[in-house]
Amino acid sequence: MLILGIETSCDETGVALYDGERGLLGHTLYSQVAMHAEYGGVVPELASRDHVQKLLPLISEVLAQAGVTRAEIDGVAYTAGPGLIGALLVGASVGRSLAWAWGVPAIGVHHMEGHLLAPMLEENPPVFPFVALLVSGGHTMLVKVEGVGRYEILGESLDDAAGEAFDKTAKMLGLGYPGGPVLARLAESGDPEAYRFPRPMTDRPGLDFSFSGLKTFTLTTWQQSTQTEQDKANVARAFQDAVVDTLAIKCKRALEKTGLKRLVIAGGVSANKGLRERLSKMGGELGAEVYYPRPEFCTDNGAMIAYAGHLRLQAGQHEELAFTATPRWPLETLPAI
Amino acid sequence: MKLLAIETATEACSVALYLDGEVREVFRLAPREHARLVLGMADGLLAEAAVNPAQLDAVAFGRGPGAFTGVRIATSVVQGIAFATELPVVPVSTLAALAQGGCREFGWQRIATAIDARMDEVYWGAYACVDGLVQTQQEERVCPAGEVPLLEGEGWHGVGSGWNAYEDELKGRLDSAVIDSCGDCLPHAQDVARLAVAAFDRGEAVSAEKALPIYLRDQVVHRPAAK
Ligand SMILES: Nc1ncnc2c1ncn2[C@@H]1O[C@H](COP(=O)(O)OP(=O)(O)OP(=O)(O)O)[C@@H](O)[C@H]1O
Ligand SMILES: [Mg+2]
Repeated sequence: MLILGIETSCDETGVALYDGERGLLGHTLYSQVAMHAEYGGVVPELASRDHVQKLLPLISEVLAQAGVTRAEIDGVAYTAGPGLIGALLVGASVGRSLAWAWGVPAIGVHHMEGHLLAPMLEENPPVFPFVALLVSGGHTMLVKVEGVGRYEILGESLDDAAGEAFDKTAKMLGLGYPGGPVLARLAESGDPEAYRFPRPMTDRPGLDFSFSGLKTFTLTTWQQSTQTEQDKANVARAFQDAVVDTLAIKCKRALEKTGLKRLVIAGGVSANKGLRERLSKMGGELGAEVYYPRPEFCTDNGAMIAYAGHLRLQAGQHEELAFTATPRWPLETLPAI
Repeated sequence: MKLLAIETATEACSVALYLDGEVREVFRLAPREHARLVLGMADGLLAEAAVNPAQLDAVAFGRGPGAFTGVRIATSVVQGIAFATELPVVPVSTLAALAQGGCREFGWQRIATAIDARMDEVYWGAYACVDGLVQTQQEERVCPAGEVPLLEGEGWHGVGSGWNAYEDELKGRLDSAVIDSCGDCLPHAQDVARLAVAAFDRGEAVSAEKALPIYLRDQVVHRPAAK
């Protein structure tokens, strides 16, 4: 089956074509980051307005890139949630209507299921069951994954998501918006011995996370420093190390608790080099295999939606003509295939 | 001429099918239910007429102004249909469709449309009904209800939710120019369809990617104060 995938849940418009036999045939992404940067955060109404303008040209671009004609498409997958309601509705409306007019099935995909399955687009993909660490702008979760739609949440963040903590900390350090990747780059030149920050919630059992205290701790440390560029890099490094270490400790616990030997990392923060290195090392020590998406598929993209949609459409699932967008949508409620 | 029209810019959700002079419409008052309803309505109308989407000649939509999300649902649905079938699209002003309804239903000749735009403002337009089709008399705009442009002459009728929400402001401003109003009147897809057929004949259709909303209200966020 050749599936068109559409992602519009937040501030990126992503489009891709995935074929069950030939794999990923094309993908493209337009990011609105520069537009929202001026406001220091995503402005939902502006995001929706931009998706309406960009989506069809991006679909044309991907069709041309893949050398595919409209008539060849067998199904349409669009992100139906979680995310910004207005932004989601643009992708859902276009996606569901394309499918109706083509007379092919459509499926609304859960954005986090998209992230979770993204490593399967790589060579040597993970097989079920595995433990997944989802670390993105809106989520931090450890999930036991037995199959598509068979998810058990082992732990999640009680406050800020890991990506959100990166972004907020970056903003406090004057690194702009969205500062996560900028902070990560700055951390590389920081001295790892300069400071040691707490590893929140690692001193007690359990797999939940909390990152909001770390943010405050970072700010206080920065304010009490001499505030040179090197201090800033050192603080960034200490913050990143604390997040990475905390995530690694919990991943290790999750692998031990479930007895599984495969760990999948996905979502925007999984692009973090420090995190990748730390988890690969931990995996090696435990004899566990660690899987990541390529960096461009860590953050939002259409490929993961096309892929997840393909699995569900292939299994015969599809959406009725009455489409919806679901801004809050617990991952565990998804049906198994 | 076979044309499908969609209007979802207000609490009403409606779809119409124009078939060589005859118009069929389904219309429901269904706030926040537009996404759930609109394709089923279109599918039902086409099935009843034994027409499939590829057999249409064009698709039309109420391109606003109105509720932002509603305007985008009509736009995105029409973009999807038109892209899939490579059909031309006719964008129609939701205010013009509203006026067209006043002309069709009551035979009113001079129609001032006002849709409640919240924040004490209205989406405003003024139209004359000539040979059964409305023509623009005042360029559409968003403005405070008490500051709408004055209407020339007399015998005007008001149409749209703004006439309920801001009756006193509008009547105070326009005085005796307005005889009567229908504040419960909502835009209908059948009127989008009628105006679209005429616009299509004038060559005003566009391609799917150029089918875009007109919000009128473009100041949707305040820039953070310079530090
Ligand atoms: N190299 C990096 N190091 C740390 N964080 C990063 C890095 N690259 C991206 N991020 C963070 O990833 C997040 C974006 O990821 P993603 O696009 O998956 O999130 P989202 O779609 O906004 O949220 P969600 O998927 O939970 O709805 C941002 O918070 C960003 O700062
Ligand atoms: Mg995401």
